[in-house]
Amino acid sequence: MMIFIAFLVFVMLVAAIYACIFTDLLNAVIACCVVSLIAAILFYFLQAPDVAMAEASIGAALVTAIFVIAIRRTKREE
Amino acid sequence: MKRIIILILLAIIALGIGLSFTKIPFAVPKTKVGSYYIDKGIDQTGAVNIVTSVVLNYRAFDTLGEVTILFIAALGLGAILATVKKKTKKEIIPSSLILSTGCKFLFPFILIFGVYMFLHGHLTPGGGFQGGAIIASGFLLVYLGCQERRLNERALKATETLAGLIFVIIGFLGLAVSGYFLFNFLPKGIPNTLLSAGIIPIIYIAIGFKVGSELAGIIDALIEESE
Repeated sequence: MMIFIAFLVFVMLVAAIYACIFTDLLNAVIACCVVSLIAAILFYFLQAPDVAMAEASIGAALVTAIFVIAIRRTKREE
Repeated sequence: MKRIIILILLAIIALGIGLSFTKIPFAVPKTKVGSYYIDKGIDQTGAVNIVTSVVLNYRAFDTLGEVTILFIAALGLGAILATVKKKTKKEIIPSSLILSTGCKFLFPFILIFGVYMFLHGHLTPGGGFQGGAIIASGFLLVYLGCQERRLNERALKATETLAGLIFVIIGFLGLAVSGYFLFNFLPKGIPNTLLSAGIIPIIYIAIGFKVGSELAGIIDALIEESE
């Protein structure tokens, strides 16, 4: 279990760094979504299911959708 | 020169944060209020879910502030989008049969899951905010999948206003009955049953409707504007 959590944290860190350095904004939004999703899983492992549900439904689903809609309206490249 | 100053500043900040982290014992309860909630929470509020008893009983006024912040954010978005002039309606391209049927099939289940989430907020993990967000994501699915189905904006606004009013009215009823704003004046009932914990389920139902209609309204405004 510890190895799995360490792997998740590593993927989360990589996704967070890539969210900063991507110039294609759509890729950056997807990287943000990955960070939120892994944060939700980690919250569940830390025995906080309430926060995990809020993070999964708002951070991973709604915020991503709102960003994608905003990118569709504006420019995709930074 | 500038970079050296920035590096020195960053080093000082990192040193301060590191020193303060060494002083904080990790995972050891330092404050007594947390263990008080865990020991007395079920007796005092009737809610089995301790998080709910803190969010809607001990710290209910903070929750009212949170709901107000969300309301103001939705209002600001609506005000910004209202200045952009609406495009003329384009012809709706109907989505494929599989996509629209799948969306229509999944939507009631998402809705039921969201309603379950805020009805059982005092028993199981979850609550009004999570349930509302799940309901809004169900509406998002319909907005993306079936382009001909749209929500009635006026009904959304009415639901939102009514739910917010119920929250504040319950708070003032507590003030009238016992002298404290948002006092839990209803009978607590037997813990672990659906009809328990006094005003907590009522407020969570109101928050669920409010958050759901607010987030659905945000999605509605953005998608209608971008089409």
